[in-house]
Amino acid sequence: MEKPNDPRARVEELAQTKLSDCYQCGKCTAGCPRGADMDLPPTRMMRAAQLGQIEEASKADSIWRCLSCLTCSARCPKSVNVSGVVDALRQIAVETNSVSPKSAKIIGFQKAFLRNVRRNGRTNEVEMASDFEIRYFFRRFDVMNVVNTGLLGPKMIARGKMHFAIGSPVKDKALVKRIFDKCKVEL
Amino acid sequence: MAKIGVFTCWCGENIARNVDVQAVSEAISKLPGVACSENYKYMCSEPGQTLIADKIKELGLTGVVVASCSPHMHLKTFRKTVELAGVNPYLVEMANIREQCSWVHNDKPVATAKAIELIGMAVAKVRRNAALEPIKVPVTKRALVIGAGVAGIQAALDLAAGGVEVILVEREPSVGGKMAGLSETFPTLDCSQCILTPRMVEVGQHPNIKLMTYSEVEKVDGYVGNFKVTVRKKARYVDITKCTGCGSCWNACPKKGKIPNSFDYGLGNRGAIYIPFPQAVPARPTIDADNCIRIQNMAKGKELCGICSKQCAAQAINFHDQDELVEFDVGAIVVATGYKLYSIGKEQENPNIKGYGEYGYGKYKDVVDSLQFERIISASGPTGGEPKRPSDGATPKTIVFIQCTGSRDNAKGITYCSKICCMYTAKHTMLFKHKVHDGTAHVFYMDIRSGGKMYDEFVRRAIEQDGAQYHRGRVSKIEKVTVDGQTKYRCYGADTLAGTPCVVDADMVVLACAMVPSTGVKSLAQKLSVGYNEYGFLSESHPKLRPVETNAAGVFVCGACQGPKDIPETVAQASAAAGKALIMLSQPFLTREPEIATVDEKLCAACGACVKACPYKAISIEEIRDRKGNLVKMTSRVNPGLCMGCGTCVAVCPSKSVDLIGFTDDQVYAQIESLLD
Repeated sequence: MEKPNDPRARVEELAQTKLSDCYQCGKCTAGCPRGADMDLPPTRMMRAAQLGQIEEASKADSIWRCLSCLTCSARCPKSVNVSGVVDALRQIAVETNSVSPKSAKIIGFQKAFLRNVRRNGRTNEVEMASDFEIRYFFRRFDVMNVVNTGLLGPKMIARGKMHFAIGSPVKDKALVKRIFDKCKVEL
Repeated sequence: MAKIGVFTCWCGENIARNVDVQAVSEAISKLPGVACSENYKYMCSEPGQTLIADKIKELGLTGVVVASCSPHMHLKTFRKTVELAGVNPYLVEMANIREQCSWVHNDKPVATAKAIELIGMAVAKVRRNAALEPIKVPVTKRALVIGAGVAGIQAALDLAAGGVEVILVEREPSVGGKMAGLSETFPTLDCSQCILTPRMVEVGQHPNIKLMTYSEVEKVDGYVGNFKVTVRKKARYVDITKCTGCGSCWNACPKKGKIPNSFDYGLGNRGAIYIPFPQAVPARPTIDADNCIRIQNMAKGKELCGICSKQCAAQAINFHDQDELVEFDVGAIVVATGYKLYSIGKEQENPNIKGYGEYGYGKYKDVVDSLQFERIISASGPTGGEPKRPSDGATPKTIVFIQCTGSRDNAKGITYCSKICCMYTAKHTMLFKHKVHDGTAHVFYMDIRSGGKMYDEFVRRAIEQDGAQYHRGRVSKIEKVTVDGQTKYRCYGADTLAGTPCVVDADMVVLACAMVPSTGVKSLAQKLSVGYNEYGFLSESHPKLRPVETNAAGVFVCGACQGPKDIPETVAQASAAAGKALIMLSQPFLTREPEIATVDEKLCAACGACVKACPYKAISIEEIRDRKGNLVKMTSRVNPGLCMGCGTCVAVCPSKSVDLIGFTDDQVYAQIESLLD
């Protein structure tokens, strides 16, 4: 029986999955493209969640390494929504301000992405990269980082990984605003 | 005037703890027709039974109610008691005041009141009970065994040794089943062929066994002790009574070595006329009509090839052979149809089951299933026992074994554990290591299930002595890669004990697939009126107390058709099934409980509702004719040999012309009314 205010209930509700379904076979970790460099690979994350260690799991760096490729959920023999659990933990981490310090940059990047989409309705890669790097610089004052990423930019553009062309913003900006308002995103 | 004796049992403390037995006895003694109401600590014991017998003699009781445990437990006991005291055994009723009362209630006054009501119902019923006689049906002393794998062979040999004539029907051209294709067997590593082939020969030679290979059961009629079975002998195109098995034909066949041999699971080849393996019983060839040049061209009116026939000195080959239907009367049927492996690829017979696209089976030649690997390491296999991988014949140095492929995978549709894979995978790693000393076996497992005599020691031996690398985790994907110019199969697995992903580059991958019932078992079960579960495994009557009987009287099950199991368990179960069948066949006639349905033929409108509802096909529509032969009316009629007394027909009959003897409407309504008083 779950006790009242069991943190597991929140995760189960957010992820729409049952944590006790997991039988720790490891197939999620096996197929995870980031599994090798995670502090808490998917199988262990699921185990922590099963044990009710939601706070510890939400502090893990690995939930921010996840690429949301959904391989774990797709191949799970018990049809557990593993990536949904990752998303739930991310949400809990942001709500409780317990994001792993190592992952602050990742969140900074995601926020820069969303700001850009909110402004343009689509991404403008150069604009987004500048936004991200400038904000990051003022947090750390890491000059070498600016130099390194500054050198990376032209290379990526040369290989077609990043585009200079500034596409036109979407026409219906009110619609984009409505989406963001509905999601209550604070950036 | 009814004189009913009521005997209430304490069952030690089991009943007395929650039911005031003395108060119950007193309350019951006031019911009309109750001549005596006694209670005793253990009614089933010798003094308890004597108490009942004495009261019967003293008071001349006309009915007895025993209020104690479930009738499943002791109805037979008390029937015998009253019979010995001179009263018809069907004048006993039991009121279950243990399982349905004292065990499920905590409140003593409530439980006591309920016990009084339960006993009151039984008293109301027993007042209307009639003296009944068991039904006697004759028995045909012959048994049919379906399937000649190790289970069917064992059952047939035991039945034959018991002096019963056995008809052993096998779908394939040879007996032996899956076991004949195995390499060595766990946990002793004795060669499968060495222990099975003598049995196969014995089956072929036993005077009491009529072996029918390349045959299938077409139809089953009749009932326990008196089945009528029709067997289809498929056209073999070779007269096995003339054939000497010399081998001239299969050596001369122009298609020799060109057709995948299903006995080797497609790894080896055979001709159009072939024996599946050299130790086959009967050691007589079969022509595969779909691949025979002669037979395929006969329809076009051409007479091509025929080389085998020209080579045959015994003139045993007949290209015009036809399927033949043969009928038998048998008294008992043993089903031993075995298993097959779950098909790993995307093609599935059962729409509820999905395949493993991520493992590349069917796409990568070197990803094989466990039965294929058995052939690869078997001395009788296509490589002569040398471990060679199918794609290029190279000796594999690293083999990855993946357990639970299909099994315990809800997302793919199979939730059960196949039970034997842990053991045979450990065996595979050993046999591989014994043949390739510098090889490494990696096993990906979820749990090791090695319950059994010397089983866990066997798995530990594979790990400790033969160096198998066990990783606790499933494999997510297999990818074909080239490493240093060599083809490898990259297995993306996990080691959950280390908590990390674990990637192994293997030369070959063996998938330990789930066991599923063999093809066509559901249609056979329907012919036999035997139940099966969602996967098609046949249902036994009771999982603990009647493990080889089925709900169809006279039909027994053994081996993997009933559920995944290994060879020792299969053989034990086969002997058990044979034993149960022998007990049945050794009776001069069978007695059956008389509590069966009966039709009031005057009332019956022959609407056929009961015929459709009957799960045992026991009811048929019959004609009633007068002496001159004019049709008077149609009526449904119950075959007393087939009826199991389930009462479904009573429930569906719109004219209330069917009744269940021993549970008549009159009796059941009286019970209900006693509750309403």
